[in-house]
Amino acid sequence: MTDAEQAVPVLQLRDATLAFDERVLWEGLNLDVQPGDFITVIGANGSGKSSLLKAILGMRKLTAGEIRLGGQPVRRGDSRIGYIPQQRLIPRGTPMRGRDLVSMGIDGHRWGMRITGRPAARARVAAAIESVGASSFAAQPVGMLSGGEQQRLRTAQALVSDPVLLLCDEPLSSLDLNYQQSVANLIAQQCRDRGTPVLFVTHDINPVLPFTDRVLYLAAGRHLLGSPDEILRSEVLSDLYQTPVEVTRVGDQVIVIGAPEHHEPHHLEVRS
Amino acid sequence: MSVLETTAWWSRILNFDDYGRLLGLVQYSLLAALILGIVGGVIGVFVMQRDMAFAVHGISEMSFAGAAAALLAGGSVVAGSLIGSLVAAAVIGLLGAKARDRNSAIGVLMPFGLGLGILFLALYEGRASSKFSLLTGQIISVDGPQLGWLIGISALSLALLVFMWRPLVFNSLDAEVAAARGVPSRFISLLFMLTLGMIVSVAVQIIGALLVLALLVTPAASALRVSSSPVVVPLLAAGFGTLAAVGGILLALGGALPISPYITTISFLTYLLCRLFGKRP
Repeated sequence: MTDAEQAVPVLQLRDATLAFDERVLWEGLNLDVQPGDFITVIGANGSGKSSLLKAILGMRKLTAGEIRLGGQPVRRGDSRIGYIPQQRLIPRGTPMRGRDLVSMGIDGHRWGMRITGRPAARARVAAAIESVGASSFAAQPVGMLSGGEQQRLRTAQALVSDPVLLLCDEPLSSLDLNYQQSVANLIAQQCRDRGTPVLFVTHDINPVLPFTDRVLYLAAGRHLLGSPDEILRSEVLSDLYQTPVEVTRVGDQVIVIGAPEHHEPHHLEVRS
Repeated sequence: MSVLETTAWWSRILNFDDYGRLLGLVQYSLLAALILGIVGGVIGVFVMQRDMAFAVHGISEMSFAGAAAALLAGGSVVAGSLIGSLVAAAVIGLLGAKARDRNSAIGVLMPFGLGLGILFLALYEGRASSKFSLLTGQIISVDGPQLGWLIGISALSLALLVFMWRPLVFNSLDAEVAAARGVPSRFISLLFMLTLGMIVSVAVQIIGALLVLALLVTPAASALRVSSSPVVVPLLAAGFGTLAAVGGILLALGGALPISPYITTISFLTYLLCRLFGKRP
């Protein structure tokens, strides 16, 4: 990597603020994301984790500040960003095979029908499927696959366009524990092998703790950014929440006790 | 029943005397049925994926109301049915992003539309057969220029479907990821609903407001029983839709009965066969 490329971060947030009416989700957020970074975004429901990803995707306007991708302001539908959503089981009887799901990552947003016979695109789809270890079930109907297998394919779908940034919105939720770890490993491995930085939104840090370089902790309109060891400490989180919070480690698991799940219960959870 | 009576009864259902001459008379109806069979089968695949069978039924009742209003006012039945369809499709599309909101919007609209339609028909003093046929199909009695409209609307719907194909597939499968990749969700949903409205208004003319699902849901449901390929399913659905629509008219031609029961029966038998022999459990 040359110095010039290093100079411009992949993603840059400058004094980013998002508020709904009177309620501030986060403000004055500054973040530089470099290639290979694995950043875990954590916080209670409604703390604005998903809204942060929506803002980076250009789907939600900031109240103040700016977000830049590769030096330019973010825009909607930027194919340089790969996006892995929450796992929602694809119903049986969906007329689509595993590889069709992946190939939508290349041209699913284009108008018209696909003109078949583009070997280059097919090779990219096959390579993406191979890289997530989904080759054995890529020809099966997606509706027949398990949640973990579907989530592997969604990862391949996000990677097939060779994104410069990978956004993951709770991709492990509603997966079985053993699938959680294998999907987390998979995403972390892509981050390492390709140097693609990852913003990983989750409410449970444990499956991704070994890979996490930095934690962005959102709570009550405030935020903290730092290494897991800096952030995941009782006094630090107690100060963030402004209420006593206990952080304990059991084996290699981190447990946060006493963090208010809904700090302002009369507000609606903001998601879309 | 004597042999003679049975024969007479059968000849009311299937009768191929004078077939060539009759065929010449209905060639445009057949063309309309062909295009509707194709486009109805194809859009049915999305209707199934987007869980919109109930919406199809709701739109068809509003389409019936529009057609009945046009009949009463002495206007074009096709135009009335198209306007009713599009209004219903737009309302359902705008009100109900979530399935539950949508279904309640449809549940409210549907009886209102049907009631309005019945009111208009009761006020209408013309031929009684045109009244009934809006509910149960009337393609043979649609005249030349109106048929041209039906063919045109179907062809336009097909073109719209081809135009929005990939984003629509993406949006139907995973609206959130599609939106992240720049698929305009609202625009796609609305365009889909309006296209659906156009197709329903044609189907109402051919098979009747009460039986629209036989051409807009059954062919796709049958196809989904035997394949899960994104290419094979729409093609099969189009084939099944055409088989039912065109086959129904061809079988009904010589007899004295309306065409709808022929279409619904072919459609249903296709589904049964697909269900019996389909690989999906």
